[in-house]
Amino acid sequence: MNVYRNLTIKQKQIVWAWSFLAIPVLFYTVIRFYPTGNAILISFQDWNLLGKRTWTGLDNYEKLFADPAFWKVFKNTFVYLLIGTPLSLIVSFFIAYNLDKTRFMHGFLRMLYFLPFMTSAVAMAWVWRWFYQPVPIGLFNNFLSTFGIPQINFLNSTTNALPSILAPAIWAGLGFQIIIFMAGLRAIPQSYYEAARIDGVSTWTVLWEITIPLLKPTIVFIVVFSSIGFLRIFDHVFNMTTGNPGGPLNSTKPLVLMIYETAFSSFDMGYAAAQTVILFLVLLVVSLLQLRILRDR
Amino acid sequence: MNTVKYKALALGMATSVATLLGSAANAVEIEYWQYYFDARVTAMEQLIENFETANPDITVKMSHFPYADYRTKVAAAIPAGEGPDVVQLFYGWLNDYVEAELIQPLPADAFPAETIDAEFFPMVQAMKSGDQYWALPTAVRSLALFYNERLLEEAGVEPPNTIEEMMAAAAAMTKRDGAGNITQVGMTAGMTAQDHHWWREGLIRQMGGEPYTNDYTSVNYNSEAGLKALEMYVGMATGDDAITAFGFMDEPQAAFKAGRAGMHIDGSFRIGSLNKQRGLEWGVTELPATTDGTRSNYSSYWVNAITTKAEGEKYDAAAKFMAYVTSDEAMQVWLDVVGELPAKPSVGLTEANANDETYGPFIRGLAYANTTKFADESAQRQLMVEMVERITLEGMSPADSLAKAAEAEQKILDEYYTK
Repeated sequence: MNVYRNLTIKQKQIVWAWSFLAIPVLFYTVIRFYPTGNAILISFQDWNLLGKRTWTGLDNYEKLFADPAFWKVFKNTFVYLLIGTPLSLIVSFFIAYNLDKTRFMHGFLRMLYFLPFMTSAVAMAWVWRWFYQPVPIGLFNNFLSTFGIPQINFLNSTTNALPSILAPAIWAGLGFQIIIFMAGLRAIPQSYYEAARIDGVSTWTVLWEITIPLLKPTIVFIVVFSSIGFLRIFDHVFNMTTGNPGGPLNSTKPLVLMIYETAFSSFDMGYAAAQTVILFLVLLVVSLLQLRILRDR
Repeated sequence: MNTVKYKALALGMATSVATLLGSAANAVEIEYWQYYFDARVTAMEQLIENFETANPDITVKMSHFPYADYRTKVAAAIPAGEGPDVVQLFYGWLNDYVEAELIQPLPADAFPAETIDAEFFPMVQAMKSGDQYWALPTAVRSLALFYNERLLEEAGVEPPNTIEEMMAAAAAMTKRDGAGNITQVGMTAGMTAQDHHWWREGLIRQMGGEPYTNDYTSVNYNSEAGLKALEMYVGMATGDDAITAFGFMDEPQAAFKAGRAGMHIDGSFRIGSLNKQRGLEWGVTELPATTDGTRSNYSSYWVNAITTKAEGEKYDAAAKFMAYVTSDEAMQVWLDVVGELPAKPSVGLTEANANDETYGPFIRGLAYANTTKFADESAQRQLMVEMVERITLEGMSPADSLAKAAEAEQKILDEYYTK
């Protein structure tokens, strides 16, 4: 106790600060850093969860880069990102922009758009999986066949399966993005719009010159947030393709699903850890790039 | 109160405490783990109850986990000195568990290899190394052909006995809408379900081939027989006269349960869930033979083994428990409750069981069944799925697709066996 009493106020503040910080620091060390370090370690080892871990050097990485399935999956992951992020950004902005101007049943409409975000992804994926089935059970195909239009293979196709899975994933995340966009729109001072109206500027110019530039922080946030989401897409794909995980000929398999399968169905932990390290690096690079854009502001 | 009463009370308490402690010292508690499947848990509860009545000094505590977590939990618990003394494993995992020193051999005096060789179905010998058994099953599984009685009757066909009859019956039961889309399949199909077993151990052997050689370390189906089997299988779902569609109603068993499929190949474990399906009238028959009468089937099983955690009196208790769960009595309980087939011909091939309307076809199938030794079952199944997809979705020729699958599977096997 004496030691503490002899400290200066400044030092006491530091002691208090660290004692409060101790909990998150401990949490991060045990829950985040230790497993991360361990995963990196395992990626250089061979381990089937049961036996001893043996060092294999770079074998797992060599196997990974020589595996055509990995490159397919790597490409899929970026397709999810490159279609998912811009599309969801445009759609959610369009909805938010128009919803912001709507007074009629505003609250109710906003709730409707937000609802999918609150729904369990698993339940949603299974409902969509049913929608996509061929006749006699699939909703979309039954509808098509009523009008004599040929069937569309949604999930059982190497070309249609990925967009079919991406659609509900985008839809599910839309509600959140709309809310963020609307908050961003509300934060733009009305005086700018009033000034523009006095100058007699067109709606289009107002959108391009006032609304979008002032929304930049919001847009950057949503881009970062949804990019990470699409790079880590798992539950929609997993649930819509169980039985044949990753869709026909791996056409929908994202990296996370490949990691899951390697680890928990093939029990090849070393190989799975190597894939995890690659995913980590991808996420790191993408996030750093986006942080750079943020700084440019 | 006087002192005498106090003394009596104290004495009484002391004796009862002593009795409690005494019985606690004699009782051995062993732990049993299995994955969660309703009927299996019920059956095991019944077996444990019987076992404890016969062995009052042993208590068995059962824990069960979802299938997905099972391996991880077992692997983490045993080296830590926690977890099961007796554990249930899939036969294909045995090697991994032996190598990781998670299980120990069964005591040779209570489980003599010659007796087991003689008494159990021959496929169980995969659990033997040298003259010691590492594990034993209570029950085994095989495949059979389920059929929808109403649809057969409606189409005016009989349950098929041969592949040709099966094709004809399926054709008679297939229905299409005006645009030619299949709305009812004569037969379900999908490598994602049990069909990959049927193709490997059934069709290929029936066409005169042998799917693997060198004790399942070499892929051997890239042959004429393999190609014939593949063409026949894919042929069911292609062309204008298709009798099935891959992915019809999402899952083969779902289509059959919903009464939209005439026939369906599945394991004996499906019986329970079909029985629960209201309004479905189904029957079951052996897998179809070729015209010359050749039959072949696939069988698999879950085994019980004693873990390295069990030592001393726990090991003895665990061995006693193992002896009971592999006894004739336990096998009959397992058949009645779970619907899985007894692992001994002496129980399985009794008059009543072998001629049973439901279990009979499966039990008779055991006589000509083979057990694939998988290195990584789900990965090897996935190759079969992709083999078919390359043909149906990408238009690759069956011969090329077969060769590609064989090559990929050989790679998995090589990697596993050279470790």
